[in-house]
Amino acid sequence: MADVTPTTTPAVPPAEVADVELYHPKSYWTKYIFSQDAKVIAIQYSGTALAIGMVALVLSWLMRLQLGFPGVFDFITPEAYYQFMTMHGMIMVVYLLTAVFLGGFGNYLIPLMVGARDMVFPYANMLSYWLYLLAVLVLVTSFFAPGGPTGAGWTLYPPQAILSGTPGSGGAGIILMLVSLILFIIGFTMGGMNYVVTVLQGRTRGMTLMRMPLTVWGIFTATVMALLAFPALFVAAVMMLFDRTLGTSFFMPALVEMGEQLSYGGGSPIMFQHLFWFFGHPEVYIVALPAFGIVSDLISTHARKNIFGYRMMVWAIVGIGALSFVVWAHHMYVSGMHPYFGFFFATTTLIIAVPTAIKVYNWVLTLWRGDVHLTLPMLFALAFMVTFVNGGLTGLFLGNVVVDVPLSDTMFVVAHFHMVMGVAPIMVVFGAIHHWYPKVTGRMLDERMGRFHFWVTFIGAYLIFFPMHYVGLVGVPRRYPEIGDTLFVPESVHTLNAFISMMAFLVGFAQIVFLFNLIWSLRHGREAGGNPWRATTLEWQTPQTPPAHGNWGKELPVVYRWAYDYSVPGAPQDFLAQNDPGGATEEARASP
Amino acid sequence: MAIVLALVLIVLGSVIFHVLSPWWWTPIASNWGYIDKTITITFWITGVVFAAVILFMAYCVFKFRHKEGSRAHYEPENRKLEGWLTVVTGIGVAALLAPGLVVWHRYISVPDGASEIEVFAQQWTWSYRLPGEDKRLGRSQSRLVGPDNPLGLDPADRASHDDIIIESDTLHLPVDKPVKVLLRSIDVLHNFYVPEFRSKMDMVPGMVTYFWLTPTRLGEFEVLCAELCGLSHAFMRGSIQIDTQEDYVAWLQQQSTFAELSVPALARAAGQDQP
Repeated sequence: MADVTPTTTPAVPPAEVADVELYHPKSYWTKYIFSQDAKVIAIQYSGTALAIGMVALVLSWLMRLQLGFPGVFDFITPEAYYQFMTMHGMIMVVYLLTAVFLGGFGNYLIPLMVGARDMVFPYANMLSYWLYLLAVLVLVTSFFAPGGPTGAGWTLYPPQAILSGTPGSGGAGIILMLVSLILFIIGFTMGGMNYVVTVLQGRTRGMTLMRMPLTVWGIFTATVMALLAFPALFVAAVMMLFDRTLGTSFFMPALVEMGEQLSYGGGSPIMFQHLFWFFGHPEVYIVALPAFGIVSDLISTHARKNIFGYRMMVWAIVGIGALSFVVWAHHMYVSGMHPYFGFFFATTTLIIAVPTAIKVYNWVLTLWRGDVHLTLPMLFALAFMVTFVNGGLTGLFLGNVVVDVPLSDTMFVVAHFHMVMGVAPIMVVFGAIHHWYPKVTGRMLDERMGRFHFWVTFIGAYLIFFPMHYVGLVGVPRRYPEIGDTLFVPESVHTLNAFISMMAFLVGFAQIVFLFNLIWSLRHGREAGGNPWRATTLEWQTPQTPPAHGNWGKELPVVYRWAYDYSVPGAPQDFLAQNDPGGATEEARASP
Repeated sequence: MAIVLALVLIVLGSVIFHVLSPWWWTPIASNWGYIDKTITITFWITGVVFAAVILFMAYCVFKFRHKEGSRAHYEPENRKLEGWLTVVTGIGVAALLAPGLVVWHRYISVPDGASEIEVFAQQWTWSYRLPGEDKRLGRSQSRLVGPDNPLGLDPADRASHDDIIIESDTLHLPVDKPVKVLLRSIDVLHNFYVPEFRSKMDMVPGMVTYFWLTPTRLGEFEVLCAELCGLSHAFMRGSIQIDTQEDYVAWLQQQSTFAELSVPALARAAGQDQP
């Protein structure tokens, strides 16, 4: 059995390399703007991600205005609707979720949780943020380009993405989107190298891989996946850019556009889909795995109980990461690809359900016989579990190839991916912000505003997306600005759509309360002290809160135990910090 | 204990919503009832799992909520329990997958004797082509598409001459006869979707895709496009009429062939044949 809890205090392993001299910023600019400190970079990533995420949130309200009340808002033309829809999707998946989990939480938590002073390549880390910001700005520019942003759908499928029947294809819209993605990927490669190498090489003495908190495992695995998956999107974006600007035919077969023979020929639209989804499926796990890791730590801290089955949880994260690379074509069951692929990808897709289910069981079993404190991080963690189980189970419908045939491209798919990728990870983001805000700022977030925000968001989001599955079951397609007159859609679906829209506006309003809480509590939040949650992980053991430059003062911490020594029998408190040598406990455990 | 109540209500509410929901699939009009059955099995299995997990969660939160002096149990892992849970999950997943794969095999295996028809899509209309008397669809190429040859048939191929061209968006099919639906687009991706048929497939320019079905119910059914194809994607509608054999034959006799419609194109081709 791996040495997750010591039976005797092990000898402290000698330092393998001398503590590296950290770069010390001298001016305001290098301390707070062009900072190489991962904590500052984390806040920059998070702030930018939240800002652009608010734009995407507003776009979703515009879409729901149209879907709930078709014909009422004349300015929402089909062209505008497709532009809102595309930008909403791309921003949420890539520029918000990926950026906040890896760039935001990764940068802040990895060095602190592994006992390092900073990331191993601080200059590249700084550059990664500025490239991300540049990518966001390029994307925002497309809103103002002639013809507006692209309306090709976040999946950007050719040929329509670069043909005249799609908004943004003729002008700069699609070009700016592709350039923005290319910049994003370059920046994320720089950041990604940091996260991976810091975890592999920057851990402090005693911090073995199997003593790392699951937050680090989740973000680390997600980053490895990102480094392997994003190149597929990169090359697809470059090839599409060439098709659009140079007239190449990577993805363009011979085709007739509105009666005119175009000069393309020989290209394969399905090849784009393979490249896109080879990136796209790992991408959803790049968003999910950090959430899995973080929620494990939220549950164990706030239930004062070790995460159940830590080793299986680690293997499940790694297994899910690996398997996520062989399931991509479940997004392509009805694409027209060779039908035999359906057998293979349906099998791998349902196999990946097994390690995912194990994680769910282990989260629940952590609550079992725990000491559950219903703090806001715990509430959000519970909300994650409900919405993730729901969204994961509807994935079983879609993963089963023949069941996907009627359901694909309907609102059932939209409901599924919003529940599992929108609502569930966002619950973790909120829980994590409530959990770590005191470490970052030294103050607690306001409890009452927090609870209001929690209840409205959790119940409201469930009421938005659960009924939406049934709209899809009726047969209503996705990416329709309006259903219009049909033979088969009952009138009550229109009422249901209006209800869903009203819930969306309510949940949207609650987010404003959360933003206000973030800002208000900076000044007026209750002072937190260094470890208000009495947590075991290293980030809570820093000598100063918020942690100062260099994190640890003169001496790096030494780690003696895994991250989950909560409620250890015989221990004086209900937690033992990872860097706590804990002499008294050894005696208690020496006698069985 | 609001959260415990909320968890229980979510389970109850979701189950009740599902049972009472008027929003269910459109009554089927094809042989693909197997798909509906698999969906029903999946609803049962996932419904039970959802209820079990969330209710157990609610129980844990209730029973083990923090009270003065309470302390959590310390148990890093339980290999036996985890092993059993993995096995049971594996079995559950296999129970969902196996029937699904059997039906998928049926879905991609067109029965002998199925007739062939072609659906033709372009931004943003549907057209159709039937094989005519020789029961063969002639060759086609998007480069041949022109004002007098809207479906791009190859006049040099004799088999295309008797192909029946239906340029309106309404197609008729005879009931109870299996049909292989060939799908051809000349511009962007589309998807020929009739909710009552359940079966559908994307249409990809540069290749011909297919699905098959046997219509089992008379009536008029709506065709929608189910793959984003540009601005008028939501307005690209058509209609399928399932007729008795007699009505179908009557309708068929009123349709025109490629030869009848595209005389100038054929004449040009004939002119090219001459040395």
